[in-house]
Amino acid sequence: MHRILRFAALALITVAAAIPAGAQSLTGAGATFPYPIYSKWFDAYHKQTGVSINYQSIGSGAGIQQVKAGTVDFGASDAALSNDRLKELPRRILHFPTVGGAVAMVYNLQGLDKPLQLTPEIITGIYMGQITVWNDKKVAAANPGVTLPPAPVMAVHRSDGSGTTNIFTSYLAAVSGEWKEIIGANTSVSWPSGIGGKGNEGVAGLVRQTPGAIGYVELAYAKQNQLTVAPVRNQAGRFVLPSLASTTAAVEGSAAALARDVRTPIVNAPGPDAYPISGLTFLLVYRDSKDPAKAKTLADFIAWAMRDGQAMVEALDYAKLPDAVIKVNQANLKLLTASGKPVFAGR
Amino acid sequence: MSTALTAGAAASPMRPATARRRLSRLADQVHQRALGATALLVFLAVGLIVFEVVRGSAPALGTLGWRFLIGTEWDPVADHYGALPYLFGTLVSSALAMVMAVPLGVGTAVYLAELAPPRVGAVVAFVVELLASIPSIVYGIWGLFVLAPFLRSLVEPWLIAHLGFLPLFQGFPFGIGMLNAGIVLAVMVVPTIVSLAREILLAMPGSLREAALALGATRAEGLGVLLDAARPGILGAAILALGRALGETMAVTMVIGNTNRISASLLAPGSTMASVIANEFTEATGQLYLSALTEIALVLFALTVVINALARLLVLWTTGGRRDVAGSA
Repeated sequence: MHRILRFAALALITVAAAIPAGAQSLTGAGATFPYPIYSKWFDAYHKQTGVSINYQSIGSGAGIQQVKAGTVDFGASDAALSNDRLKELPRRILHFPTVGGAVAMVYNLQGLDKPLQLTPEIITGIYMGQITVWNDKKVAAANPGVTLPPAPVMAVHRSDGSGTTNIFTSYLAAVSGEWKEIIGANTSVSWPSGIGGKGNEGVAGLVRQTPGAIGYVELAYAKQNQLTVAPVRNQAGRFVLPSLASTTAAVEGSAAALARDVRTPIVNAPGPDAYPISGLTFLLVYRDSKDPAKAKTLADFIAWAMRDGQAMVEALDYAKLPDAVIKVNQANLKLLTASGKPVFAGR
Repeated sequence: MSTALTAGAAASPMRPATARRRLSRLADQVHQRALGATALLVFLAVGLIVFEVVRGSAPALGTLGWRFLIGTEWDPVADHYGALPYLFGTLVSSALAMVMAVPLGVGTAVYLAELAPPRVGAVVAFVVELLASIPSIVYGIWGLFVLAPFLRSLVEPWLIAHLGFLPLFQGFPFGIGMLNAGIVLAVMVVPTIVSLAREILLAMPGSLREAALALGATRAEGLGVLLDAARPGILGAAILALGRALGETMAVTMVIGNTNRISASLLAPGSTMASVIANEFTEATGQLYLSALTEIALVLFALTVVINALARLLVLWTTGGRRDVAGSA
């Protein structure tokens, strides 16, 4: 009996000691792409610290609206906010990249002697509607020794606004001046050709059913569904398959640019092993908060996600952040304030 | 509402009523007011929806004006928004669905109500109504994974080969596109037409049938008389079905191909107003972009109102203002 009482008292004291520092619950809303890893993190963090984080995966755009309205403590977006979008928000916001993701090029061509290899010019040409048959000379030049069929090319894109499309179009804008000029990069764009499927499953379904089709899906989706994935030529001139390692290599290759501005797209990154169609997903946090307790809890969580959280990332098919980018986040955490006072002292 | 109440009260002059009678009158009034309030809630809900949608689309209305309705370019990157391809897609896919669903639905209803043995009729009607309870995403998956390969490998190549001289059937057999969306929508709205039209035919007075037979009409001629009398009701059923087709979102999004181009070909991919909202709203950032999407909702709403109004006029016109016909729903 005594022992139980003593234990209870001890537990109370520990809890009481933990409480005053921060809030016990946070709410967030936004991107659907990182939802699996976020919910894993929130669950693990709850078990370790008792802090519960309620996250609604309602889409990046809707998440940004909630941040704007101040109804959530943090937002999450697959696309970094442009300067124009930042101006629409009431206060300054900081971006914290959490995990990396890659966009895999999947295709449906039966009976090739060797796997198809793609170059930036081929991908741009296909989505621009300039390459319309598979035995086009640009495709042939990148695939020596492969007999390409004269089949028509069907370019499939995501019809719904998505971070995947943002990464893909950012890549096309980075490798093609023409694309940047005419189409641009966004979660939805005005596609010059091809047809749209809803969601990863919609794109994959169309590609799988249609001979001659090519599309882009999240790497995790392509892996889990064993789709035929094409290697893409990177800046260093090597054909690289999308993988967790090659995505992390892309983040690593962009580390210097990210240190200047974490919003820099990491597409077409330098480095021999970097997969070129890669991206980051972000937490969006107001730089100055009105609620010191919540601000501290959120900062503690982000610090934890950078430390312990990164170990859980690869099991769920996300690419972990390289140390250089974790350091950028840790430096930014120190910028967080509540009513002007710093909220984060730890590392 | 309230004027009707007071008028009713004034029409029956106060008599030295017993307490019980007074109580019962009070109960009547409370009852009537409560029911009136529930009816008012419907108006309130619609009013709030209109208010919110207009408010949300105000920036787009101000910036884009009429160009929104006639523009064909939808470019979120450059912040240019024109909704004509979506308006076109909604109208064409729904029209296509109605062309297929109305004859099929009315034919089924006539068979079930008039020709089938009563027990068979009841069973088939039950099965048809089951179709109405299937979630639309299931129809979408069916359209994408079953109907699309079938259209691509068999139907569309045949159409291109034999009817390809018509602009309607030119192009590449994608399998998904306007034709697929029209078929999926038709399957989705047939149950509405069948069950309503069947009820209406069953509600037609037996004397109509008997009179036709007594005058020496054949069975087919009798059926003609019956259908003629039931026309306003059947039209009403078709309009309800059209309403569903216009607003259907998920299934159409999955099978229409989602491109914002206007094409004469039924085989080409397209987009509808509901599908573009479903596709782009959650990830849309930027005030004008969100506002343009909200304005699409406003246009869809207006379109539904216009079509319903036209339908009412059509019913009125075909009946010459008759209100005595059964089932003028």
